[in-house]
Amino acid sequence: MYEFDWSSIPGALPFLWTGMKVTLEITATAIVFGIVWGTLLAAMRLSPFRVLSWCSAAYVNLFRSIPLLMVLLWFFLIVPQVLEHVFGLAPGSDVRMTSAMAGFALFEAAYYSEIIRAGIQSVPKGQVAAAYALGIGYGQAMWLVVLPQAFRNMVPLLLTQAIILFQDTSLVYVSALADFFGAAYKVGDRDGRIVELLLFAGAVYFVICYSASLLVKYFRRKVSA
Amino acid sequence: MSMISIRNVSKHYGSFQVLTDCSVEVNKGEVIVVCGPSGSGKSTLINCVNGLEPFQAGEIVVNEVSVGDPKTKLSNLRARVGMVFQHFELFPHMTIAENLTIAQEKVLARPHDQALEKGMKLLDRVGLKAHAHKHPGELSGGQQQRVAIARALAMDPICMLFDEPTSALDPEMINEVLDVMVELAQEGMTMMVVTHEMGFARKVAHRVVFMDKGAIVEDAPKDAFFGTPRSERAQQFLAKILSH
Amino acid sequence: MAYAWHWEVFLQLAASGDTTYLGWMLAGFETTIGLSLASWTMALVLGSLAGVARTLPGRLWPGLGTAYVELFRNVPLLVQLFGWYFVLPELLPPSLGNAYKQMNPFLQQFLAAFICLGFFTSARVAEQVRSGIQSLPKGQKNAALALGFTLPQTYRYVLLPMAYRLILPPLTSEFLNIFKNSCVASTIGLLELTAQGRQLVDYTAQPYESFIAVTLFYLLINVVVMTAMRRLESRVRVPGYLGGK
Repeated sequence: MYEFDWSSIPGALPFLWTGMKVTLEITATAIVFGIVWGTLLAAMRLSPFRVLSWCSAAYVNLFRSIPLLMVLLWFFLIVPQVLEHVFGLAPGSDVRMTSAMAGFALFEAAYYSEIIRAGIQSVPKGQVAAAYALGIGYGQAMWLVVLPQAFRNMVPLLLTQAIILFQDTSLVYVSALADFFGAAYKVGDRDGRIVELLLFAGAVYFVICYSASLLVKYFRRKVSA
Repeated sequence: MSMISIRNVSKHYGSFQVLTDCSVEVNKGEVIVVCGPSGSGKSTLINCVNGLEPFQAGEIVVNEVSVGDPKTKLSNLRARVGMVFQHFELFPHMTIAENLTIAQEKVLARPHDQALEKGMKLLDRVGLKAHAHKHPGELSGGQQQRVAIARALAMDPICMLFDEPTSALDPEMINEVLDVMVELAQEGMTMMVVTHEMGFARKVAHRVVFMDKGAIVEDAPKDAFFGTPRSERAQQFLAKILSH
Repeated sequence: MAYAWHWEVFLQLAASGDTTYLGWMLAGFETTIGLSLASWTMALVLGSLAGVARTLPGRLWPGLGTAYVELFRNVPLLVQLFGWYFVLPELLPPSLGNAYKQMNPFLQQFLAAFICLGFFTSARVAEQVRSGIQSLPKGQKNAALALGFTLPQTYRYVLLPMAYRLILPPLTSEFLNIFKNSCVASTIGLLELTAQGRQLVDYTAQPYESFIAVTLFYLLINVVVMTAMRRLESRVRVPGYLGGK
């Protein structure tokens, strides 16, 4: 039978924490930029201008059809070249973090925009009509009347998407960037304790995500109440 | 001979008492109408009769089989007790013909041809033979409820339970359903009917049971009930029901 | 950016000597399809069981179903994959673990990825099945029981056929997800579509062509699945019900 040896974990905690900070940083950036860009995409999609709506649809469908891992590979390939070209950055500088953040943010935006679009469409059409009747224009009607109501309905879905995103950040493993999972794997590899470190990482992810999902449930009950 | 015997039945959800010491006897061939204000426990009581809802105290015996007995195979009992629901509950993904045959085939193990023949005969009886190939969503509420009655009859039930069969219907459709029920009653079917249709009760009921707050307040022959209800609550209820 | 496009690279003989680089791509494509379909079958079966369990009366089965779903939903896919691939063989009785390690590497990787994607996706399918069943009117179950159906018959003939129809759209997106998620198997060395793409970059130094090709393959899968599911949806549509007719 396998004999567990957990002794390499306590000493590795500071390193694992550094990894967790990378994970959280990527998650937070992707949430903020994803929601901002996603809101814009949703507004474009719902706007009366055909071109805007078509562009947004193409963007969203493209990103939703290809695997996140593939998107990340694209960004690890392209971003360094763009940065070199535009900012004259020295070739070979470590821009993996920037690439990862850009990749996640642009990818998540596609998913966020779908959630936001559904949220906006869940607001009864009469609300916009009422705003128009008061002499309010499209932009202001969106901003003052529709979006506040829509966001209330969307909070649980946005949070659930954030939990998925948090889990998905582990995919930066492919760039050898040491996020929490990467850090755990490195320690396990170094000490020949892959089994323990993977179980530990799995447990940490589970505790965080499960707690967060309980929070989402609480919000859902509050919103529906 | 007693077909349905409800003896001292009590039921509660947690600390909330839904039924208190209810007793009703339904003899073979009898039609009993159960009425009372909403929330009085009439639907719960009728759901207890075929074991769709459990109860904590008392005993219900249907055709000499005890419903509350854990040894009773409820599906066997239910196959013999027809039930009609407020919202019809036809199976939306099946055609009308399939709705009529599925339980005959899967529960009673009748061959398909025999089941279909029986189903079509009953469908004809409720006047809907031409709709056999349609899906429930394509019929009106009144038509669906008539199909639901035919579906229950296809199982050759020994008695029928009706749980507010007309209260989800548009007014103009109520009579087509009641007509089928009246005919059934006149043929001697044993029926326990939860309804507010007092015209139906006057026409075919043998006894009327009045419930309030989970208890049976009055259980009287039809004429006595409509003539001089003893309890004040039943009088108030009747006044309200009959005022429109 | 002066990039020299060389699309003809796909027709060159690959380093393995037995096929072209396009052949590599197609082999990866096949693995992706095979892996995804196999895992999807497993996910549908397990997910339906777990989803049904969550709707059963009593405490035991719903509790087990919930625990199952939460476990597989709250651990990242990559961690689960590494768990099946690296951890499980160590924890199995030595005879079994060794037997696994002596299998041909492709089989090892395929098996781990298959089990991983199957369980991972089944938790999501379970949630859909549960919500499908719960969104049916409660009277449907009672009506079936009142006709004398046993509980298994009630699920088999009445609840599940409607529930599956209702959840067809979200099931379609889970089905699409399994193709996308299957690329995670490249991290344990399985030569599926994404892995072949990366291998091509290493061998040909033409990253854009190979990534574009891989992306197009995924888009193709997407279009085919969407079309097929839309056709299925209209075939099983119930007349007069919801979006029916």
